[in-house]
Amino acid sequence: MSALTIAGLCKAFGGLHVTNEVNLNIEPGERRLIIGPNGAGKTTLFNLITGEIMPDKGTINLFGRDITKVPSRRRPHLGMARTYQIITLFPHDTIIHNVALALLGLSPARWNPLTELRRQGHLIEHGRAALERVGLAQIAERQLAQTSYGERRRVEIAMALAQNPKVLLLDEPFAGLSIDERRDVHQCLMAIPRDVTIVMIEHNMDVALDFAERITLLHFGEVIVEGTRAEVVADPRTREVYLGH
Amino acid sequence: MSPRPIALAVVFVALATLPFWLTGDYYINVASQILFYAIFALGLNILAGYAGLVSLGHAALFGITAYALAYTAQAGFGHPIAILAALVAGLIAMAVFAVLSLRATGIGFIMITLALGEIVWGLAYRWISVTNGDNGINVHTRPMPFGFSLEPPAAFYYTTLIVFVISVAAVTMFVRSPLGVALMGTRDQPRRMNALGFHVWAIRFWACMLSGLLTAVSGVLFVYYTQFISPQTLELTSSAEVLLMVISGGAGTLLGPIVGSALVVIVKSVVSGYIERWNMLLGAIFVAIVILMPEGIVPGSARLWRLAWRKIGTSDKTVTAEGEP
Repeated sequence: MSALTIAGLCKAFGGLHVTNEVNLNIEPGERRLIIGPNGAGKTTLFNLITGEIMPDKGTINLFGRDITKVPSRRRPHLGMARTYQIITLFPHDTIIHNVALALLGLSPARWNPLTELRRQGHLIEHGRAALERVGLAQIAERQLAQTSYGERRRVEIAMALAQNPKVLLLDEPFAGLSIDERRDVHQCLMAIPRDVTIVMIEHNMDVALDFAERITLLHFGEVIVEGTRAEVVADPRTREVYLGH
Repeated sequence: MSPRPIALAVVFVALATLPFWLTGDYYINVASQILFYAIFALGLNILAGYAGLVSLGHAALFGITAYALAYTAQAGFGHPIAILAALVAGLIAMAVFAVLSLRATGIGFIMITLALGEIVWGLAYRWISVTNGDNGINVHTRPMPFGFSLEPPAAFYYTTLIVFVISVAAVTMFVRSPLGVALMGTRDQPRRMNALGFHVWAIRFWACMLSGLLTAVSGVLFVYYTQFISPQTLELTSSAEVLLMVISGGAGTLLGPIVGSALVVIVKSVVSGYIERWNMLLGAIFVAIVILMPEGIVPGSARLWRLAWRKIGTSDKTVTAEGEP
């Protein structure tokens, strides 16, 4: 059974077809890279998969279950987590608070008005474990506003990992990072075990190509090329649309 | 020991002994007003401060509770039933307000609550067979819990103080609870919260209900205090006044609404005895707050205090730096 299957997915904003008959089949444990020029509809595809926008047509299956009509807030409970391209964290709180919120989102305790959040020991513990995985445990108590851009990217990843997802969607995890920071994030991603399926949008080919096994090239909302890393890189259409030379 | 618990203990002792050191029924009554308006402001602060949803319809909820109590009491039911009916009416009204206004956030939410508030005010004013129109409804007696009369100002003050302390404790617990923290998350990053698995609408709805409960409790105290309710209480200016309490004291803080309530009530009822144009004075105070500490009196004072300390600290350092050759 596939981890994520997308069939005939369409979305139009007015006359603009941002997603046009997209089919994707991603196997459990796979590392899939989605590339394409600006405006190719990559982030829109993520928003469709996570349910933040509803498709006009087509279906989305998560491990054989049709989730096309499942509200986006339910999808993390079914094992889907994502990071954002533009960082949307809680800047006035500590790093551990941010990660604890991610854990709280899946915990029945989120409805509890009668206890203190900091007394929810298991949330804090699991949050620390997630920060350990991205190498931020030693600065867990730091205010998010006092962290670097690269550290925030890793907080993003820690929040997604904390939810223990089966399918992880990463939207440009390397964007705007320095070489050192890229290496740190790359290490975090390589350390994610194979029981997590990863779909990643990325422009930075140096780090991304190394990570991905299969690549899908989107252009004007359509899948142009799909195949193994070598196939897609060698394909003349890839060069034409994307690599440029 | 940090200064904060000591300060809170001092304030609590001062409040608990207030009728002994503050002479005159008038001032004890002013203190009662500050406390029940503070409960109202705490309730509005749940939405305006912690949820980021500014309501201009809360005076209507306050008024519906007050009318429900007055109407039930006048119809001959005892005080316990009247209080219960009033709280239930306030909560039902809040639920209706919430379902209608939570379709929007930001300006949309403000406009819907404003419109709902005006509708309720219009009803209170025109539905004379129920509300007695402009003449209002009198509530002739105050309750006698355990045979203890609440007619003397000190007795009413202590009742209000007990309800106030419970309300502050409840709000303190709420804002530190997972649900309260989630509510603040929906204020700061609603889209993110949704993607993390939170039901943003439902969290906001429950916040509305807690806000509505505090508003209703405050409405009950109000109507027993004045023993009278008329459409004037439901006017937009009443909603705006409580919102000003929240914002001037510090929205999204625990102490802010209480300080704001004290400020507004004192200027309105005490200072107005000495200064005829007290409205202008209140306006000038608000302008000063907005200019000097836009985040409100409580966080603003804390900031200025820290700044002053740091100034002292750095000036000491410069002195030593200059002293060294």
